[in-house]
Amino acid sequence: LSALAVLEQRDGKLNPGSLSAVTAAQKLGGPIHAFIASSNVKAVAEEAAKVEGVEKVIVVENGAYDKGLPENYAPLLVENIKKGGYTHILASATAFGKNLMPRVAALLDSQQISDVTAVESENTFVRPIYAGNAIATVESTDPIKIITVRGTAFAPAAVGSGSAAVEDGVDPKAESTTEWVSEDLAKSDRPDLSTAEKVVSGGRGLKSKEEFDKIMLPLADSLGAAIGASRAAVDSGYADNSLQVGQTGKVVAPQLYLAVGISGAIQHLAGMKDSKVIAAINKDPEAPIFQVADVGLVGDLFEKVPELTEKLKSA
Amino acid sequence: MSALRILVPVKRVIDYAVKPRVNKAQTGVETAGVKHSMNPFDELSVEESVRIREGKKTPVEDICVISAGPTKAQDVLRTAMAMGADRAIHVETKEGEDLEPLGVAKLLKAATEQNKSNLVILGKQSIDDDAGQTGQMLAGLLGWAQATQASKIEFTGGDSVQVTREVDGGVETLKAKLPMVITTDLRLNEPRYASLPNIMKAKKKPLEKKTLADYGITAEKRLKTIKVTEPPPRQGGGKVEDVDGLVSKLKELGAL
Repeated sequence: LSALAVLEQRDGKLNPGSLSAVTAAQKLGGPIHAFIASSNVKAVAEEAAKVEGVEKVIVVENGAYDKGLPENYAPLLVENIKKGGYTHILASATAFGKNLMPRVAALLDSQQISDVTAVESENTFVRPIYAGNAIATVESTDPIKIITVRGTAFAPAAVGSGSAAVEDGVDPKAESTTEWVSEDLAKSDRPDLSTAEKVVSGGRGLKSKEEFDKIMLPLADSLGAAIGASRAAVDSGYADNSLQVGQTGKVVAPQLYLAVGISGAIQHLAGMKDSKVIAAINKDPEAPIFQVADVGLVGDLFEKVPELTEKLKSA
Repeated sequence: MSALRILVPVKRVIDYAVKPRVNKAQTGVETAGVKHSMNPFDELSVEESVRIREGKKTPVEDICVISAGPTKAQDVLRTAMAMGADRAIHVETKEGEDLEPLGVAKLLKAATEQNKSNLVILGKQSIDDDAGQTGQMLAGLLGWAQATQASKIEFTGGDSVQVTREVDGGVETLKAKLPMVITTDLRLNEPRYASLPNIMKAKKKPLEKKTLADYGITAEKRLKTIKVTEPPPRQGGGKVEDVDGLVSKLKELGAL
């Protein structure tokens, strides 16, 4: 048994979210190597070498891999998996991991195990299905196991006192058939939604983008929280789609999840019900969100939330 | 440039509004007597294909929907044809012959070659298994370009396609040439409802019946399901009277 954790970088910095893969790999019990490919890869590799539990960092220095395009990244990974003889390949279920890993699995003729929330043994894994309404335990019979892991189930491995060796990998230099054109990422000084300790999330009850901003932004600031939204709020244009929490959006599990004007459709609950404490403010006492909320307040959010924000600020 | 021959894989799943229940034997979820519909992401794929034709920027020669599943899978194929697909292929599977994503991708590779498709548009995930693999696997097996989680698809002349895709924290735009595989995300479009005349017309559109063997596929399982259980229940339902009550309760729970 030997595991390869696929790490991500952006602009020469290690993406801490990708370190969940290392934590999941630690549960397997064998040696762990990390993989990273980019231009100026040395700086990222130095950081990756300090990650606890990593024995060796395999690096490929080539700018063609900076954007993580699966058309050239998948053959790159396959060559390095074969060279290293790894039995378990793990990546976080981020946009990068979700896009890349099934392509790698297909090239290796392996049936991927997606969004794993627990490792039971070297071939048995737990994963949610049906928007988390059921939990499946599955056993893989493939010799090489391709796994994506849910970040909320495995805290990112610490970048600390590790001192892994850094070694060059192989570079098959496959051409990518897609070309990266541009990106438009939401800029925010608030904590990242996926990893925030506290999340305040707004729904259709906010009624407009103006009200969403007027009510939710001060609340988030008073708590130092990240902002999320229900699909209804995103579809209505109240909030950016990168903020969507749910089965098909982000899955979050913060210490505190405060749902404002969210009724609690099963697809939304799928994205937040593993939060430690759930609080909800909604004017409908029958809203399903109250069934999962530890603390529910029935009332008009346009009155209650500003009052809450004031009290949190003065506290 | 080549006219588009679009293949749209669709799946019949438990309706998105139904809360699935785990069966007593803990082998899966109850499906008998439960409302089923087309996987919501597949509706987006069918809609987008029809819009590409209606947009008239790129000639569309064929929109073929394909589904592997029991006889009832034909219902979602008819729905897709009522939305505007030209024809359908139903690959009938028997009880217990569920395909895994890798098997589906192999089936679709064979179907793509047989139908001379140059564009495959499919959902980014199905809402039953939530695996999110099939499109990427298919692109890998075919060696084609892939663009997952598309929120915008534009034909920019010749065989060039520009796709805006949803990524963590925002969107990213890619450019590729046909042939390619695109998976759809929620913001791509709003699927139409099939009108009654179109539902009637769809009954006359061709629906070809096939078997897994026709594509050289077996329903072998690489992942064995050991058990399926209910998630741990969450003890909710606590209510407070006012904002002060909310603040003190959150402090008590250590959340503030």
